[in-house]
This record gives sequence, structure tokens and C-alpha cells, in this order.
Amino acid sequence: MSEQIEKPRSFQEIILRLQSYWAAQGCAVMQPYDMEVGAGTFHPATTLRSLGSKPWAAAYVQPSRRPTDGRYGENPNRLQHYYQYQVLIKPSPPDLQDLYLGSLRAIGIDMALHDIRFVEDDWESPTLGAWGLGWEVWCDGMEVSQFTYFQQVGGHDCHPVSGELTYGLERLAMYVLGIDHVMEMPFNDPAAPIPLTYGDVFRQTEEEYSRWNFDVANTEVLLRHFEEAEAECEAILAQEATDPKTAKRIIMAHPAYDQCIKASHIFNLLDARGVISVTERQAYIGRVRALAKKCADAFVQTEAGGQAA
Amino acid sequence: MPDLLIELFSEEIPARMQAKAADDLRARLTDALVEAGLTYAGAAAFSTPRRLTLTVHGLLATSPTTSEERKGPRVDAPDKAIEGFLRGAGVAREDLEIRDEKKGQVYYATLTRPGRPAADIVAEELEKLIRNFPWPKSMRWGAGSLRWVRPLHSILCILTSDDGEAQVVDLEVDGIRAGNTTRGHRFMAPDAFSVTSFDDYAARLKRAHVVLDAAERAEAIWQDATNQAFAAGCEVVEDRGLLSEVAGLVEWPVVLMGRIDDDFLDLPPEVLQTSMKEHQKFFSVRNPKTGRIERFVTVANVETADHGATILAGNQKVLAARLSDAKFFWENDLRTVRERGLEGMAEGLRDVTFHNKLGSQADRVARIAALAREIAPLVGAKPDLAAEAARVAKADLQSEMVGEFPELQGLMGRYYAQAAGHDDGVPEACEEHYKPLGPGDAVPFAPVSVAVALADKIDTLTGFWAIDEKPTGSKDPYALRRAALGVIRLVLGNGLRVLLCDLIRTAITRNEADSLRSHADMDEIFDERWLSWPEGLLYERDHWKDPQVIDYLARAIKSDDLTFDERRAAAQTLADEVFAGSPKKTNDLLAFLHDRLKVHLKDEGIRHDVIDACLAMEGNDDLTLLVHRARALGAFLSTDDGENLLQGFKRANNILTQAEEKDGVEYSFGADVKFAETDEEKALFAALDTAEPQIAAALKTEDFAGAMRAMAALRPAVDAFFEAVQVNVYNQVLRRNRLNLLSRIRTICLQAADLTRVEG
Repeated sequence: MSEQIEKPRSFQEIILRLQSYWAAQGCAVMQPYDMEVGAGTFHPATTLRSLGSKPWAAAYVQPSRRPTDGRYGENPNRLQHYYQYQVLIKPSPPDLQDLYLGSLRAIGIDMALHDIRFVEDDWESPTLGAWGLGWEVWCDGMEVSQFTYFQQVGGHDCHPVSGELTYGLERLAMYVLGIDHVMEMPFNDPAAPIPLTYGDVFRQTEEEYSRWNFDVANTEVLLRHFEEAEAECEAILAQEATDPKTAKRIIMAHPAYDQCIKASHIFNLLDARGVISVTERQAYIGRVRALAKKCADAFVQTEAGGQAA
Repeated sequence: MPDLLIELFSEEIPARMQAKAADDLRARLTDALVEAGLTYAGAAAFSTPRRLTLTVHGLLATSPTTSEERKGPRVDAPDKAIEGFLRGAGVAREDLEIRDEKKGQVYYATLTRPGRPAADIVAEELEKLIRNFPWPKSMRWGAGSLRWVRPLHSILCILTSDDGEAQVVDLEVDGIRAGNTTRGHRFMAPDAFSVTSFDDYAARLKRAHVVLDAAERAEAIWQDATNQAFAAGCEVVEDRGLLSEVAGLVEWPVVLMGRIDDDFLDLPPEVLQTSMKEHQKFFSVRNPKTGRIERFVTVANVETADHGATILAGNQKVLAARLSDAKFFWENDLRTVRERGLEGMAEGLRDVTFHNKLGSQADRVARIAALAREIAPLVGAKPDLAAEAARVAKADLQSEMVGEFPELQGLMGRYYAQAAGHDDGVPEACEEHYKPLGPGDAVPFAPVSVAVALADKIDTLTGFWAIDEKPTGSKDPYALRRAALGVIRLVLGNGLRVLLCDLIRTAITRNEADSLRSHADMDEIFDERWLSWPEGLLYERDHWKDPQVIDYLARAIKSDDLTFDERRAAAQTLADEVFAGSPKKTNDLLAFLHDRLKVHLKDEGIRHDVIDACLAMEGNDDLTLLVHRARALGAFLSTDDGENLLQGFKRANNILTQAEEKDGVEYSFGADVKFAETDEEKALFAALDTAEPQIAAALKTEDFAGAMRAMAALRPAVDAFFEAVQVNVYNQVLRRNRLNLLSRIRTICLQAADLTRVEG
């Protein structure tokens, strides 16, 4: 029953194996989105593409930033910048659980030795106006992935439903590689001429960003940027659908959504700076959600959003 | 008669939903079958993480044929009416029967519904149930529109005849066609297999590493866990909720026991237990020799070649990471307490909103402290200590540990208060001031705990009464009924003599003052000035009538387009409005407490009219006195003398009331024995003369039983009086004297309780 798959030896090898596994399953292997986001879900390949009726299958690594989780590189598994591996398939295939388990096998988790469990965990993103049902997947008691069937995104019911898989790459890799402190994890092959650990790559940046996130980031500037992003998002969406120059119907859902992502990340930074009170918090989340909803409304009017051209 | 087997096979069903879902499947489907005419001998339902299963045995093979008679129009009715009747009944005219009735000849139709095979009915009803299943939360998946708790993969639905022949019920729901196959354990026996009956199904499942019955899985887990713990000289900490949850997470339970790293053994045992249970679903294992939690039990879903070694190592690693977090929180919190005291820890409460109309948690703590100080002397606690305990009792809400594990609130407060060097009842108050949490929770007895617990609950009640957020019907979002029951149980359980009205009145004023401050129109300057006012002043109503204070309020009101005079008027109105309703609110809250008390005493068997009779007396806000009185009255009325005296009293009261109404006077001039004519009359005078001082003396010492005994002793004299003497006689002197005598009976009988309110 136990299939012998060679154990990966580095963080990047795990990423590469996931990439080739999901490529083999027919996913478009995309690249990270070139903006600061809090999670892989924010990538338009997930948020926007989960809307509308067009089939979709994508997989990608997404660098994610959670300013409040910064620990100056000292905590064995908390980082303000980390990687998520994200898979989104629409409509969710009937064998998605099996496909997922296949990906664990691909990175060297032997089902004959480990205890894999699907434990109820419903997902909700108040800033995206999105929710879904699913599980957190446990491997020997450790959460290694989120598995979600999207029900609603940006206030729109998902028809068809997308299946979303999110792997916390550092944690998963540390487990597979048997590493106790993230900074000690081999980033490339330990036998390479220049072996690099995760710490070699990221310890300094964790320190720098922790300091900036918690104590230095200029909150007045951030507050202004938040307002500007919000205004720009709304201004973009307020444009006529027909472009006066080309006379084509061009709804700018993606540029508007970029501003929504920006507002969301700035909110996270402000939160880390501790300048948002409990009551204000809800108001800020509501403002970002309002933008996300408007972007979703716009996207479903576009061709990619399922509108006939 | 055939047996029915149904299995709905899906992706992992949340553990907390499984038992109810199995029960719903059984109840709803069997109800629907019976409704359709299919009775059965017995049914049982089961659940695992991936399946809901129902077995029904001794089902009718076909539903019985039924016939129904329907009355139609008269034979001479217009054709249209007759045709309409035929259409409605679905019969032809020649099938109708004509009967003679009083009003003429009338058509009758007999509608016969032939029985239907069980398979057809099952298919119909099962599809309906699947489409309308009462999941607490359900979802869609793929491109389909069916809703289920998680994607539904297959339906097994067979009828097994007496000779063992299995027939698949023809049924399709959203592209899923029912069959006779299922699958075993996800990893240990993933292949499909077919089954012919429930027994065959259960046996094959077991061979495929699936224990169908959740109770059997729970039992196996418990047995194995306790055995392993015993072998290590330890014992598993019992947790039924966790056991049933864990039984819902596995199809093939494999129990593994591991050790907790020595580094973590100094954490409070509750922290270990909570962290392991909430995050990892581990059972705690205690070493009785040390009293510490030293090991854990985890339940895997799979047997492995290395007998779980890899799984256990993984779990241990995750636990170590979690407990490092907990240890980090614990050590940080202890440092905070050592360096800045509990007061320092509590500082952040200023930034936590309790309710936007009632200020911050710090405001609430200040109110509770003031109230605890007032309550302290009544419960035998030192006022300063009670106030101090109240000020720090909620400090742990700001600790890192409670931030991570909210369920440890109170308990961590106790640990941190001890760490701060308290050994004066404050640590216990931190833990116990939330109590009693419900009808089954114990009431604290330590004086400081009682003072803070009572203050905490009274502040909750008066706060929401002050801002008019009372429970309505089934809606009680702030758990005010529970708080009221808490007040009642604290008072009664400790036999406290507290005049609740006084406490409520001052507490409501305090809440009103805070609600005035948190009024949206106030700005920050107001807060500064507010804090500089002495506490006592803030909570005095007259303070808010002082023109200087009103001027200050007026300046604090943010409104550019008002003149100062207009703002002053607005401030005055605001202050008046905020404080206007307080006397009414006090009475209203007391009435709410009385209502909850009636509910509470009903369980003790005290009648509501008995309580009403006692509520009508002075001092009804002293709940201990009230209950004492009610118990005595209840006991009194259950005796023969009591019951008869009650009748005598009612008779006296009726005669007297009628006479008083008729004559327009109150007969309370005092009767004179010199006008007594009969022996019975004289005897009653004598009896009353004896009883009156006895009753007065007993009431003085709150000896209600004694007072009622003395009242009961009046019974023979009263009975004999009514037997022999007529009150309303022609001689007005005699009549008035007798009425005045009845008035003495009434006065005496109303001294201990208002007997007019007692029924019967």
C-alpha cells in the first residue's frame, strides 16, 4: 500500500513538486501576484476568477504578508512574510479530495505512516465578503492546508462552486523536512555548492519589516494612502463601460481590484501599528468589503466574468 | 416483510453535526414512510465522518389500499357543478352513486387509492428528504445545485426481502443514482463493495476498517485510553463532550498515548487541558501520584506499519509548539503582574468597549467596585478589600493567556492574583465573581467573592435597564435572565439580608451617568473633566442639576450651529432625559427579579399565589425575608388549621368588605367586649387578645412560622363565632361592634402575608 516516493530535501523542492503535480492535473501554473496581499486568496486568479460561470483551474505560489505576525525572525514558525501555495479549480471536481491527497504524496507524505484528517473549518473573509465551507486538513495533528468550497465571493453566490486549496508552505515544509525552526530550513539543496537556509534568505528581512511594521511605518501617510486607494477604486469603477478612445467595452475590474488589494494591505499595516481601535476596525473592514463587492460586481460584467462578449 | 437500508456517503461531515443528522434521517424518513402508509417494526440510524446510515426492518412491502368517500352536488344541480366535482375527484359520471337524503338525491363518489410498492414510496420520500435535509449549514459544490453538508458522493438504497434478495431502489438525485455499493476506510480499504442487507453491510464495513456505530467507537476509544493510561500508572481525565467529538472524527479509532515535555509541566493544569483539548482534541492524562497532567491521549484514524510511532511523534511536536506559545503567554503575564501589578494588567480595559451606551470595561469595573464596596458590609466583607477585588477581578481579560483561551477567564485571574501576592480572598473573587453561571453552577460563599459576584450581576442588570435593553420574549442577548437568577441564588444561597431596591437605585444612577458620558455628542475634553470629578459626585443625581455642571455639559456638546443657550438647553434636556426614568426603572427591575424568583421557587413547590401574598408585604426587595415568609405561609396553608383559618378570614373579609361598601365607612374603630352578647363572641375577643401580642412578638423576630401558629390557634374561636353569631343584625350597636371585631381578624391575618391573594 505504501508507495515509496523519495523525500524532498529542501523548501524549494517541495514548491517545485507541488508545481509539477498541479501542472500534471491540468492547472495553469501562474506566478505570484505582484502586489502585497495577506493571503493567496487575494490574487485575482482566485478572488475574481471564482466568480461567474467560466471554468478555471490555476495553481500558484503567493508571497503573503501579515504584519502583525512579525517576530523579528526569532519565533520558530511565525513570520510577517511567508508563502502560500494556492489551487483554485472551478467547478470543483468530484475527486478534489483525492487530488489533494495525491499532492501530499507527491511531496513525500506517506499515507501508510501518517494520519490525515479533514476537520470542520468554515472559511470566511470579512474583507472580501466571501465565505465557504470545508476543512482544515490535519497531518498527525498539524494543520497543513485549508480546503474550501467557495459559496460566496464579493457578495455574489458562486455558480459553479470553486474548490480552493491553500497550503501554508513553511509549516508544511518544516514538517516534511523535520525542521524545528523555520530559519534553519534548507531553502535550496543542502548539497548545493552554496547551500542556503530560509534564515539566509529571510532572517534579515523579517527583522527589518518587523521594526517597520510595528514602530516606524508612517501612519498618517498610510491613512492617506488608504483613502486614496479607496477613492481611486471607486473612480475607476465609476467610468463608462465604453472606452471613448477605442469605442470598445472595457470595464476596468482588475485595475479597480488592485486598489482594493492596496486598501486591504494598508489596513493590515495600520492594524499592526495599533492605531485602529476595536470599533474602528469593523468600519475599516466594511470599507474594504464594499470595494471588494463593487469589484466583483464589475468583474461579472466582463467576458472573463462569464458575460457574453 | 422487507428491510430497508440507506447510506448517504459524503465527504467529511463535521463531528458536531453527525448525531443529530443520523437522528433526523431516521425520524424524518420513518415519519414520511408511515405517513405514506408504510409501517415498520423498528429502525436505527448511525453516523461516521463520511456516512449517515439508516436501517428499517419489517417494512410493509406495499402500502395498503385506501378508499375515501366524497359527497358531491345534488343530482339536479347544474351540469357545470357536477362536471367540476367529477374533475376534482377524478372519476367518471357512471362511477357515481346516488343516495337519497333529506334535501333530495345527492351524488357520492368513492375514491380508491391502490397500494404502492415500498420501493416507489422510499424513492420518493428519500429524494424529498435529501433535497430538504435540515443541516444547520449546507453547501453546493461543482456545477450542481443540490445542497448537502459537504459534497454527497453516493447513495446506497436497497430493500432486502425475507429470502435475502436485495433490490436496489430506483432513485436519482442530481445525477447521483442509488446503488448497492459503498466504500470502506479512506486509506485502509478505499475500494467499493456491494452489500445485500444491513447485517452484511455492517460486517463488511468492519472488515473494511469502519466501525459504523459512534457509540461503539466512543466505547472503544475510552476502553483503550483508560487501559493504556492504567498501564502507565495514570488516569484519563474524563471528558464526554470531547469523547463524542473525537468519535465523530474517525471511522477506525486508534488510540495513542504520548508524554508532555517536562518543560511544560509547571503550567497550570487547566491551561494544559484547554490547550490540548481545543487545539488538538487530546485527552489529558493525570498522574495521581503527582496530581499533574503528564501525558496525553490522541486518537488517530489509521493503523500504520510503525504502530503509530510517526503519528505520535508528529502530534507531540505540534503539542510542543502549542505549549511553547502557552508558556510564553503565561510567563509574559506573570512578568506583567510582577512589574505592574494586576492594576497594570487591567489598564487596557479602558480601551475595550463594554457597550457603546455604557462605556468601557474600565467604566464597568469602576461601577462594580463602587457597588461591591456598598455590598461588602452586608455580606461580612471588608469594604476596601471588596472594592479592590472588584477593580482587579477582570484584569485577566487583558492577559495574553485569556486572549488566546477566553474560556480560562476568571481562572487565570485567580492564578495571577496569587502571583501578585494576594492571599486575602481576592484570588477567589477573581475566579468566582462570574458565578453562578447557570442553574446548575455552584454559588460562591466567600464574603469577598459574594460581594463582587453580586455587584457584577447587579451592574449588568441595572446597566441594561438604564439604557432600556430588556429581554423580550425569547430574546435575551445579554443573558439578563441568567444574571437575575444569579442575584437570586447569591442572596438566597448565602441567606443575605440585602435591600435590593437601595442597591438597584444607586447602581442605575451610576449606569445612567456613564451612559450620559458615552453619549455620542460628547468629546474628549469631557472625558478629562469627567475623570477629575470625584466618583461620589458623578453618581449623585443632584450633581446633574447644578447649573455649572450643565454649563460644562453644554460646552462638551459638539454642535457648531447652536448658540450657547441652545446648547445649555440641550444639555439640560439630555441630563433630564437620562435620569428621568430611574424610579420607574428601579421598580421595573425589581418586578423582573420577582418574576425570576417565582420561576425559581416554582421548582421548590411554592405556589405562585403564596408568593404573591408575600410580595404584597413591605420589604419585598429583601429576597431572603420574602422566601422565608413564603415558606412559612406555604407550610401554614398545608395544615388543616391553616386552610380553615384562611376560609374564616375570607368569610370575615367578605362580610366586612360588603358592609364597608354599603355603609361607606371603614370599621376600624376597635370592638368593645362590653357589647359582646354571646359566649362565642366573648371567646373570640379572648382569643384575639391572646393571639395579638403573640403574633406581634413573633413578627418582630421575623418568626413567621410562630406568627402563623398563633394565627392558626384562632381557628376554633373564629369557626365557633361564625357558627353561632350573626353579624348583620338589626341592632346597629351590635352590628357595628361585630364588624369591628371582624376587622380585628382581618388586621391580624394581614400582618404576616396578604391572605386576600391566596387562592381557594
